[in-house]
Amino acid sequence: MIRSLPNTRPYTLGFKLYVILFFVFLFAPLLITCVLAFNDSQFPALPWKGFTLEWFTADLPERVGIFHDSLNLSAIGVSFKVAFWVSILSTLVGTCGAFLFEQENFRLKQALYFLMLAPLVVPGVILGISILLFANTLGVFFENTFNLDVPLFRPGFWLVVLGQFSFISTLVTLVVSARLKKFDHSLEEAALNLGATRLQVIWHITLKFLRPAIIGAGAVAFLMSFENFNTTLFLVGSQSTLPITLYLQVRDGSTPVINAVSFLLIVGTSMLAVVNLTLSRKKE
Amino acid sequence: MNAARSRITLPFLIFVTPVLMWLFLLIVLPHIDLLLMSFRIEDDAGAMVWSLVNYLNFFDEPVYWRTFTRTAVYAILTTMITFSVSLPVAFYITKVVSPRFSGFLSLLLLMPFWVSELVRVYGWMILLRESGVINHFLLRAGLLQRPVEMLYNDITMVMGLVYTSMLFMVVPLISVLESLDDSLIEAAYDLGGNVFSIVTRIIIPHAMPGIVSGGIVVFMLTLGNYLTPNLIGGKNSLWFTEQIYNQFIASFNWNQGAAFGFLLLILSSAMVWIGLKLTRQKLSQVVQ
Repeated sequence: MIRSLPNTRPYTLGFKLYVILFFVFLFAPLLITCVLAFNDSQFPALPWKGFTLEWFTADLPERVGIFHDSLNLSAIGVSFKVAFWVSILSTLVGTCGAFLFEQENFRLKQALYFLMLAPLVVPGVILGISILLFANTLGVFFENTFNLDVPLFRPGFWLVVLGQFSFISTLVTLVVSARLKKFDHSLEEAALNLGATRLQVIWHITLKFLRPAIIGAGAVAFLMSFENFNTTLFLVGSQSTLPITLYLQVRDGSTPVINAVSFLLIVGTSMLAVVNLTLSRKKE
Repeated sequence: MNAARSRITLPFLIFVTPVLMWLFLLIVLPHIDLLLMSFRIEDDAGAMVWSLVNYLNFFDEPVYWRTFTRTAVYAILTTMITFSVSLPVAFYITKVVSPRFSGFLSLLLLMPFWVSELVRVYGWMILLRESGVINHFLLRAGLLQRPVEMLYNDITMVMGLVYTSMLFMVVPLISVLESLDDSLIEAAYDLGGNVFSIVTRIIIPHAMPGIVSGGIVVFMLTLGNYLTPNLIGGKNSLWFTEQIYNQFIASFNWNQGAAFGFLLLILSSAMVWIGLKLTRQKLSQVVQ
């Protein structure tokens, strides 16, 4: 049954086999995507026709590698910009949220806390359409009353940033709150006794203590934003993010360039994940 | 915190302003707008009027409510399959494998989920399609005479949905099982319990908080999924999010889309609420 109990051989072997199959199931699609990025064939399929880097580097009429593919390159650029702003905004607001719910007392705190958790249980599609509708309502209102055309209220870059920010901030709040719970308040009290103001204490002591959690949350926010599809789908304007661009390409047929992009994504995210994990381990 | 802090201070204002702006401008007001828009239609003169038509359409048109029920049923099915696949894995990692490997295995488990959902679905597409890798191997092995299309059916779609959301079940299960004292299982074993009774009477009751939080997240993610049903589900196996998308982007009937969105929101909130009530938990405990 468990380690400390005698187990029959079929039980141990069967269980091991199940877990091995599970991991094969988990990794097969990713491995095959990576392998086929290097296949010298016009289609992302077997048979293996030899190793090539052309799906990354080529700039031929029938074969444009990812490094020359302006559509995907510009989508990667947009995704980086969106993820940059989302991680900055959500770390700022999420950290404020953590302080608000951990260190302050006010009326309706429970209700506000519940509201802060809500984006976790609202499907991303709903967040997307409700923000789209509200932005449109505001846009119409501003145009009718002030005769102003506000670009922010039309689908586009900043609406995507706001849409992703709306639920990623909840995650940052939870991560930073968890760290703030472990904070030793005698440090704060000592600083207050020595004449520091509350804001000085927060700036010099509490935020220093929270730094690993904030950086970690920022990295996760970056990744979540970079990969977001559901909310972005409804808010995207002429500047498409990478998941949306890839989705349109996959839907309408596929070339090994998509494998090459996927390979870069897999390598990039795994590296970010490993760095994040080792950093958080060191700090623990 | 002491009562002296309850008056309004500068730090409080600094913290509360961005949070209130975030929650009211991006969560509360948009959802109120969604609700209001769902009750409005354009009349013959082109003016917007209040009406229940958007909701009546949902019940009149079989394709809408059938898709809705289908989505709900498949989301529940997916949640149950995800749970049954994940429980043995979580149990193996926390209780069976030697502790040296358990950290490594749980890290390995997380890796695929850092990668974009689109890439994972794409991976399944290259594996399973008619010209795909699995067909290639089956043909070479002589097990098949001609390639079989394995995509675009409900079984593959459910498998894809299970694959996509598995992490959100495995991680909470691992963390509750870690807190389960081995001696409980040892005692049950010594008293003659078999695997079935140990699982149903010790492991599952202990793991309930993890099961509920995993189940809620998996259910909600599956219900709101668009990519997987759209890319590997069949052309006639509509998912409700696709109906919402069609109303918004294809027919440009935002009011109808808002009504659909609101129905989906009610369904997902109701399921979350039922899940919490059945197990007497609070949302704030579950998300921890």
